[in-house]
Amino acid sequence: MAFKDNLFSVKVGGQAGQGIKSAGQVLAKVATRSGYNIFTYTEFPSIIRGGHNVTQVVIGERDVTAPLTTTNILVALNQDTVNKHMAEVVGGGVIIFDADKRIDTSKVKKGVNLCPVPLAKFAFEAADLELLENTVANGAALALLGADLAILTDLVAEEFGKKGQKIVDANKKAATAGYDFAKKEYADKIKDVLRKKDKVEKKMMISGSEAVGLGAIAGGLQFAAIYPMSPISNILHTLAKYQEKYGFIYKQPEDEIAAINMTIGAAYAGARSMTSTSGGGFALMSEGYGLAGMTETPIVIIEGMRPGPATGLPTWSGQGDLQFVLHAHQGDFPRIVLAAGDIEEAFHLTMKALNLAEKYQTPVVLLVDKNICDGDQSYPVFDVSGYKVDRGKVTREKKEDFKRFQLTDDGISLRSIPGFGNYFIANSDEHDEEGFSSEEIDNAVSQHEKRMKKLATCDSQDMEVPQLYGPEDADITIVSWGSNKGSILSALKDFPNVNFMHIVWMNPFPTTAVKNVLTRAKYVIDLEANITGQLAQVIAEKTGIIIADKFLKYDGRPFFPEEIADKLNSVLKG
Amino acid sequence: MTELAQLTTKCSPNWCPGCGDIAIWGAYKNAAVQKGWDNGNTAIVAGIGCHGHIVNFTKLTSFEGLHGRPLPVATGIKLANNRLNVFVFTGDGDCLAEGGNHFVHACRRNHNITVFIHDNAIYGLTTGQTSPTSPHGYKSKSTPEGNPDYPVNPLALAIAAGATFVARSYAGDIQSTANMMIKAAEHQGISILDILQPCVTFNKELTHGYYQENTYKLENHDVKNKVEAFKKSLEWGPKQIPLGVFLDIDEPTYESELPQIANNPLIDNDPVRKDVTKLFEEYT
Repeated sequence: MAFKDNLFSVKVGGQAGQGIKSAGQVLAKVATRSGYNIFTYTEFPSIIRGGHNVTQVVIGERDVTAPLTTTNILVALNQDTVNKHMAEVVGGGVIIFDADKRIDTSKVKKGVNLCPVPLAKFAFEAADLELLENTVANGAALALLGADLAILTDLVAEEFGKKGQKIVDANKKAATAGYDFAKKEYADKIKDVLRKKDKVEKKMMISGSEAVGLGAIAGGLQFAAIYPMSPISNILHTLAKYQEKYGFIYKQPEDEIAAINMTIGAAYAGARSMTSTSGGGFALMSEGYGLAGMTETPIVIIEGMRPGPATGLPTWSGQGDLQFVLHAHQGDFPRIVLAAGDIEEAFHLTMKALNLAEKYQTPVVLLVDKNICDGDQSYPVFDVSGYKVDRGKVTREKKEDFKRFQLTDDGISLRSIPGFGNYFIANSDEHDEEGFSSEEIDNAVSQHEKRMKKLATCDSQDMEVPQLYGPEDADITIVSWGSNKGSILSALKDFPNVNFMHIVWMNPFPTTAVKNVLTRAKYVIDLEANITGQLAQVIAEKTGIIIADKFLKYDGRPFFPEEIADKLNSVLKG
Repeated sequence: MTELAQLTTKCSPNWCPGCGDIAIWGAYKNAAVQKGWDNGNTAIVAGIGCHGHIVNFTKLTSFEGLHGRPLPVATGIKLANNRLNVFVFTGDGDCLAEGGNHFVHACRRNHNITVFIHDNAIYGLTTGQTSPTSPHGYKSKSTPEGNPDYPVNPLALAIAAGATFVARSYAGDIQSTANMMIKAAEHQGISILDILQPCVTFNKELTHGYYQENTYKLENHDVKNKVEAFKKSLEWGPKQIPLGVFLDIDEPTYESELPQIANNPLIDNDPVRKDVTKLFEEYT
């Protein structure tokens, strides 16, 4: 297929604890610094040592947005990796493995090149440590990719600099040994995949979790309370690391209930605040979610989805929480729900969510998933010049007869914070305009309506219509959301007659725009990573349109572009 | 300066006549007047239970949260604006049942906040079920044959969890309760004041009469000695209920250890778009 012609996949596999993810990241960064684009995809179990880990690095000349089912170079640090992944290796591809470990390669198909390298031997020679096997293997793989050794050794020096010169030297020695060996022994297998470009544009290699953390900092975050949970823990790691430098507070709470209540407390007191969790933690946050809605307290919740129910598949990806965040909590309150399609969107939507929360004084949920959180992609440095902090209607001046929950046409009242002379109660009970508990009929009705009005205001002032990729007029229209975006766009390169509607705003929902596209469409496929077609349910509820063809996946794995292409072909042949 | 009249709201207290909450409310307002707690320097957080109604009758800016959750809300407020006096009004059910986890962790973190437990050893608002501080064998709507559980001891729990100020008062002694509230507020770090508060409607055992009969004031007790404080906290029984400050030790507060707020509270710096160019560099 054409989209694959320009893509090259390297997969590193081994036991958890062998440094698989870090090896993949080093490879990816060397590729980025050589002038190429990358996308990484990591599979790992919820254990720290011993389980099977793999990282795939997809390399391309232009934008790379998805994982692949095929592998060009497989770096196998154990037998298991050969057994599990040899079938993916394409003809003319390569398997790198330890020359001295009696790895059984008898079942590898013809046409795949076997490139044994003395990984453990070189690792021991470099530092008496088998731990450096991944570095030796990286050296060998990069030699076969035609990469510049200096880029690798410079990177090793940066990565291990803090651990001291001895560690840096050992890693450099290990990388060089692997590189030199492969270059000499397998000279005929070397390809020009990573030949350093004459002109290299400076690019970041960043994961979704890091992007959310950086987006929050850029967006003026002042407070975050986040309890660790896969797949969002790297968000809190990023925030914890930079809190002193950027003058905000990250607090590790005792549970997700405390996380959301601390976030609400800080926001009530006037700090720009957010929290983050996965579906299980969000279940605990459900009561606080509505508390923020009732007390009109601006908070942002980043919800990183993984397959449920219960503990589910903790280190895999899914999209089963859409209906949950749209409906969690008793009663009704205005909730703004957005879903990011990739790392860059996650960055910008985090910044936007902080503004929306303060403008509408209500909780904003940003959905991401494990594929976005843990995957890396290369991007030019993000442009934040167009962003301005919007805190909405808020004052620190003492007002006469201040009414925190005053009835207004747009549903948004003037907010104040404690400590500046304005008296009010943020009350979880139904309350009057000042915040006093009230069970009077007129008040109950007017306050409830006032809060819900904020959604209509948001619909008219801020909501964006979904982007339509591909031709206006198409034979097939794919409707999807979240991290499927990258794989769909990748697949669409081979289908000029297919378009794709990417939905970001889940509540308020761009009903008219979605209806227009779907009414015009000749054939619609709903593509989602859950078992019930949760977006299709939203579409049916809002537009009345039932999408018959649902292409659903709920095994924790991402959609691969190849699967999407197969699906499109089967419909087109139909 | 705070005057008593300034603390009055349009709402009249809806507690039962004789309820210990009324006395706690009175003691707090007296303390507020004495110390000048007002809407320029103070925030109140309450949970859910009879105690929580206090926000409607006390004109100090407040947050009435969910059952069991006032402590994390108060923590967030204090971290955002450590200039505020932050008072938490909570109940035995609110704080020790639904919010038990938060209580333990708030104690060990030593945030500079002040916690008043309206401890009536019963669920009043839901019309009389056993609470975490109800005695063993106690008969209530939820334990008609007597409470099979043994009560939690809020003071011992607070001391064990790491609270740096732990005290007990009896609501009916308004003057002492007000004094203790002031001491608790002046303490740097988390202060736990367990207030014995008779529920005149549903708790027929732990009455005003019972407490007047069986409490005594701690004397010659070393408040800096944690072991002695723990020993004293275990004392309970006829004529054997100590009132007063059990523990008052100096430890750095959570807030004092954060360089981000060493000079001024978080909220003094308006959030603006941050230049993250240098952070982007780290990812190239």
